[in-house]
Order: sequence, then C-alpha cells, then structure tokens
Amino acid sequence: MLRLLSFTLFLAIWWIAALLVGGAKLPSPPAVLQVMIAEASSGSLFLHLGATLARVALAFVLAMSLGSAIGYLMGRVKLADRLGDPWLILLLNLPALVVIVLAYIWAGLTEAAAIAAIAINKLPTAIVTLREGARALDRSLDEMASVFAMPRWRAFRHVVLPQLAPYIAASARSGLSLVWKIVLVAELLGRPNGVGFEIGVAFQLFDTPRLLAYSLTFAAVVLVIETLLVQPFEARANRWRPRAA
Amino acid sequence: MRLEVEISGKTFRSAAGGTHEVLAPVKFALQSGEVGVLIGPSGCGKSTMLRIILGLDHDFAGRIARPPQARIGMVFQEPRLLPWRSVEQNVRLAAPDISDAKLSELFRILELEAHRSHFPGELSLGLARRVALARAFAVEPDLLVLDEPLASLDDALAGRLRDEIATLVGSRAVTTLLVTHSLDDAVRLGDRLFFLSPRPARILAEVPIAIPREARADAEIAAIKAGLARRIQGEQGDERAGRDVS
Repeated sequence: MLRLLSFTLFLAIWWIAALLVGGAKLPSPPAVLQVMIAEASSGSLFLHLGATLARVALAFVLAMSLGSAIGYLMGRVKLADRLGDPWLILLLNLPALVVIVLAYIWAGLTEAAAIAAIAINKLPTAIVTLREGARALDRSLDEMASVFAMPRWRAFRHVVLPQLAPYIAASARSGLSLVWKIVLVAELLGRPNGVGFEIGVAFQLFDTPRLLAYSLTFAAVVLVIETLLVQPFEARANRWRPRAA
Repeated sequence: MRLEVEISGKTFRSAAGGTHEVLAPVKFALQSGEVGVLIGPSGCGKSTMLRIILGLDHDFAGRIARPPQARIGMVFQEPRLLPWRSVEQNVRLAAPDISDAKLSELFRILELEAHRSHFPGELSLGLARRVALARAFAVEPDLLVLDEPLASLDDALAGRLRDEIATLVGSRAVTTLLVTHSLDDAVRLGDRLFFLSPRPARILAEVPIAIPREARADAEIAAIKAGLARRIQGEQGDERAGRDVS
C-alpha cells in the first residue's frame, strides 16, 4: 500500500515537472505510455528487452558462478588469496568502459565479447563479497562436521552454504544492479539490438518519449525481478533467523 | 573399541612469538565400553587434549590409537548446532542412517519430541545441549566424547541430564570420554577417573571405580567422593610443597 502511494507520488511529480518544462524535454506520462504501447504492439519492445535480458542473464550467471568459486577459494586458501589479490585490485578498479571497448577491439563486435565484458565487470565484486563470506565461516561448525565424519558434499551443502547465503544474496543484488547498468553501455557501443541500442538511437534523434519508454520498461522489469526472485531467495535463506522487532 | 592416548607433549606458539607448553606427557588407555573421566581445573588443557584425540589437531608429539573406522559422537562444550537447520535435521545430518523408531526413542528419552521442528535459535541452552546429546548418540558411536556437557546448567537440570547420559551410556557399550570439573558428575558416570594437573596438564592420579554404575546409590557415591577428596587434598599438598607456589 505504502509502495503504491510512493509510486503515485513519483508519477505526480513527473507530470507536474512535464507541464512546467514542456513536452520536448520531458514528455508527460501519457505520452510515454503511448510510445510504450506502440512499441509493444509492433513487437520491437519485447525483442529488444528480450535481447537485453538474455545478455544480463548470461553475464550474471557467468560472473556469479565464477566469482563465487574464486572468492570462496581465496577466502579458504591463503595461497590463492595472495596470488589472486593483485589481479582482484586491478579488476576492481578497471573502468567498465575500458573493459567493454577492449573486449570489442580484441574479440570484435560480437555477442561473446559483449557478454564477457559485462561478466568481467561484475566478477571482482562477486569475488570480494564471497571472499569475506568464506573468511567469516564458523570454524567450530567445520570441526563439528569433521568429527561427525560428514561427507564433503553434505558438509558443504548444510554447513558451509547456509553461512554463505547472505553473502551470495548481497553479491547477487549488488551484482544485478551493476550488470543492469553496464549491459546498456555495452549494447550502446557495439550491439545491433537491446534496450541500450534503442536508447542510443533515441539519443541520436533526441527522441525523449522513446528514450523514457524503453528505460522505464526496463526499470519495471528490474523491479519485478528484484521482488519475484532476489527478495524471496533472501527471505528463504534467512528464515531461521529470529525476526527483527 | 579400545582407545590409547600417548601424548608426549604439545606446545602452542602465541602471537607474540613465545611458546607455551599446553600438555605435559600424558598416557592413558580406555577399554571397550569403559567410561573415562578427565577432571582438572579450568584451562588446564583438557579441551586441547580432546581436540588431539578427535583428530582435529595434528600438531602434537605422540600418538593416538583408535580404529580408523571408529564412529565418533561428540558433545562440544557449546552445543554447536546448525542454526539454519531444525532440531530433527541437525540430528539426521550427523546420523543419516538412523531409523525413525530409534530417533523417536532418543527424542523421547531426552524429552525433545515437542521441539523436533524448532530451530536451535528458539531453544534454551539446556534444550540445545540435549539436542547435541541426541546428535552424538544418534550416530551410535564407538567413541563418545563429552566436553563438559552439563556446564552452566542449574543443578536440577544438570542432575536430570546426567541421569539421561547414564541411561544412554548404559544402553549400549560405548567407549566414553567425559571431561568435567564436577567431582559429582565424575563419580556418578565414570568407570575410571583421571585427575589432571594445572597447565601443562599431566595425569596426577588414575582412579578406577570398581562398583558398577547402576549399583552406585547415594551412600556409595558419598563414600567414593570422600575417599577421593582425601586423596586429592593429599596430592595437592604434595604438589604445593614440591613447587613452592607463593
């Protein structure tokens, strides 16, 4: 209910601002909705949105699985941490734009280059978060698992993984927002479809309603994924914790 | 199974760089089905000794002989339950082969039936300790290790829990090692008592109790304790004289 109220407030501010500034710079909500409907009925909205979502999904899964594995290793094995740390610092501080441009130069304007570039941008934050998680693992529970001779997989699944779950959730959430942002840049620079490409076109034509139509649809999809996927996962991973007052 | 412990020393390197001797040479053995009790002052190195016996610490001089396939049931000083798994899951994860009937029986003895689906965070310390006991017994261990399982419980509860341990230990022959600083627990549960010195720990006295556990009524226990108290006082007197502690 409160969420709905806050959303209505956002719409109201937008509308008032549109009336004050004028339609060319900031089109009113109905004007944007009209473009949305037109783009949706022609099918191109879904095409571009689908292309972007596919890239996000691939890059996200790639970066999360690789980053979690490396981060876990670095948190558990001192040698891996020593070896990996300089690379990690380099990757963390490398601007996204540099990675994307280099990927396109080296691998061509290909799908693989785009997805790899997005994944590389997300990778170091996933590593850092999971490394912290692995460092914070409770050694007394490890000992318990070892005394009771739990097989490795069972110990990992029931002893280690639940301890890492909050870190995975945090990494997924921050990672998803990072990937959302970077995917559009990668598309703008070197892909013939996707929301980023459409925004590039709208920018060249100074077509603000089209720009807003695409970015707001995209934002809505992000919101839906956040509420339907990320939050339930977090709630499930934390169900054993006593409720906060 | 028979447990043989022969530790010739254990030193611990502190962060400041100095070395501390935690264990002096310690040698003892437990026969199959025997309940051994380690009694000693706090911080004397009992937990270190247990970690070595359990195979959690390999950095020591000496040897531990136990069958490599021996199943171990352990009750740690703090319950060490998985907070994200229910009581029943905690037990089943340690003992995946346990039958439903056996599990129910165990929960009945330890009065945990009502708490099967609770998470450890919802339990009192006394209940959590009972879950840890249930988990240790559920694996049907060849070697049962109890590290101060009754510490920080009130007397009434500790007494009941001790009787429950006695019942469970009596129900099948399991070589048991109990660590405690309560002489009462030691005399009620043990077959063979080992009195440890302050750090670095060594065995001051090994006292077998000949009367079977079931036959020890309050009168016998009081008599054993009185005998032990005299003996300990005598030895501590020697110790003081020998060491010239100021």
